[in-house]
Amino acid sequence: MAYDKFTILTSTAVPLPLENVDTDQIIPARFLKATERKGFGDNLFRDWRYNGDDSPKESFVLNNPIYSGKILVGGKNFGSGSSREHAAWAIYDYGFRCVVSSFFADIFRNNCLNVGVLPVQVSPEFSEQIFNAIYDNPKTEIEVNLSNQTISILSTGAQESFEINSYKKENMLNGFDDIDYLQSMKEDIESFANGLLL
Amino acid sequence: MSKTLFDKVWDSHVVRKIEGGPDVFFIDRHFIHEVTSPVAFLGLKSRGLTVLYPERTFATADHNTPTINQHLPVEDPLSANQLKALEDNSKEYGISHWGLGNKKNGIVHVVGPENGITFPGATIVCGDSHTSTHGAFGAIAFGIGTSEVEMVLSTQCIMQPKPKKMRININGQLGKGVTPKDVALYIISKLTTSGATGYFVEYAGDVFENMTMEGRMTVCNLSIEMGARGGMIAPDETTFAYLKDKPLSLKGDAWDTAVTHWKTLKTDANATFDKELTFLASDIEPMITYGTNPGMGMGISKQIPNAEAVEGGVSSYKKSLDYMGYQENDSMIGKKIDYVFLGSCTNGRIEDFRAFASIVKGKKKAAHVTAWLVPGSHEVEDKIKEEGLLDIIMEAGFSLRQPGCSACLAMNDDKIPAGKYAVSTSNRNFEGRQGPGSRTLLASPLVAAAAAITGVVTDPRTLL
Repeated sequence: MAYDKFTILTSTAVPLPLENVDTDQIIPARFLKATERKGFGDNLFRDWRYNGDDSPKESFVLNNPIYSGKILVGGKNFGSGSSREHAAWAIYDYGFRCVVSSFFADIFRNNCLNVGVLPVQVSPEFSEQIFNAIYDNPKTEIEVNLSNQTISILSTGAQESFEINSYKKENMLNGFDDIDYLQSMKEDIESFANGLLL
Repeated sequence: MSKTLFDKVWDSHVVRKIEGGPDVFFIDRHFIHEVTSPVAFLGLKSRGLTVLYPERTFATADHNTPTINQHLPVEDPLSANQLKALEDNSKEYGISHWGLGNKKNGIVHVVGPENGITFPGATIVCGDSHTSTHGAFGAIAFGIGTSEVEMVLSTQCIMQPKPKKMRININGQLGKGVTPKDVALYIISKLTTSGATGYFVEYAGDVFENMTMEGRMTVCNLSIEMGARGGMIAPDETTFAYLKDKPLSLKGDAWDTAVTHWKTLKTDANATFDKELTFLASDIEPMITYGTNPGMGMGISKQIPNAEAVEGGVSSYKKSLDYMGYQENDSMIGKKIDYVFLGSCTNGRIEDFRAFASIVKGKKKAAHVTAWLVPGSHEVEDKIKEEGLLDIIMEAGFSLRQPGCSACLAMNDDKIPAGKYAVSTSNRNFEGRQGPGSRTLLASPLVAAAAAITGVVTDPRTLL
């Protein structure tokens, strides 16, 4: 599915400094019953965000009007567990375009890259600096520059570079996805398949 | 150059290497189910693409299916809609479909191996993280997202950077009451849920060599719970014996040719790994989890660790114990439980039901415990009956449900109520995993059976 190009994102950020946030928390399984990709943002972090009677839990950060923005800053080992791409859809659909963490689970990271959410892995120290900056001033802006592969805290000037492979980077800069690439090499794939025993 | 088992299988499936990018990786076998495939088919249609090799994809309904009255229409309209989409899409594109009511229907990671779809040296994916199960056969098998499902449908390839390699060695004799599930939970408790992220794991040593295929599947299934994309075990005579004469296994000369090749699928003596870990079989006892991720597990006779003794954030750890209603230094033995779930792609195979029956035989289910026993497939269900296990469990006050993923992820009606404790043979104890507010203790079928009989967490070794 096509998504918007990602170049430079400057935004305030939402802090969620918990470790091991699994995809069952990002979107519980009972909300995976759609056959179309829409509306998942409403159930993002459903059980942390709402009580059983659907009233908002005031203590949860998404219900705190002080924090907003297109960047979600999570704790270590973000996105572990189930492979559900719905977790990445929910994050995108809610309005986030970038997730920052000191460590991502593999499948979640892949899924993000495939749906137009940029996963930015930073050092534990820089992650701490971002949390502190947001808690000092929720209006603090974070700038994520994909071309330069840098993330900056604008209020403090602190900056760190992040890794992304050059192929995925080009895709995100241009809003392309893997299927476009794979379609272009179908002949190679077919001749490969013809050589297989099983 | 010396290669690992993983190198051999991976390298033989790379269609193209991209400079500074991922490999274009060919997929031999693709499983789909009703939850993570509908949007992939929509994507296919909106781009005007078709399925390149429908004979390489296999559909089964399992995630949201009911486990009682499967002959009746599915009541939940959203689930029914997903099941219909799977059926319609399979039909439209010529994909084999084992829907509800089909004798072959069951949990994707149970029916795949049972039917010989899985084979050594294969590359296997599914939009489900527990696809790692199939690594038990010496396959590279891992979970993918829905965008990747669309890629595999349309081109039989995905784009993946080659993961790093880890080997986990365990030698020695497992003690009484220690099962493959305990081995896996033990490893995860040592590595944490992110300890193997970025790696593909090979399990080696006589503990794994001595396991049945069912046991190896349980271990490989749980690889994802330590963050690994997958885990694998070199194929051997146990593997070949399991696969021989399965409905979709090769036959005759083709089988012999394949076995000759499969025998070469082992790590060369001088091959190196990015990381190597070794544990002792004798250090492993029956395990149980006390927290909200599978890494929060311990030997059943131990006490819940102090936050300070645990790697990672103290606040996340305390939040987890609060959710469970437990305290640091608590013993798990004797904790009251409300539900028992035997089943899932982790422990829903015949061997798991044999283990459960071995404990409950001649005893009675604790009155306050609700137990859901859910076979992984109709074949498992049939064997339970043939082997007389059904009589044993029914005499002990249990009943058998119909195959499906059930309470492992509670997408159907099999939900553990808020605040209730479930000893579960499944794979995840995340908050709300088995129903909003549910509290999960992951354990082996033996521990689950012991809890079902006594109504509290019990060391199964006292009942064996």
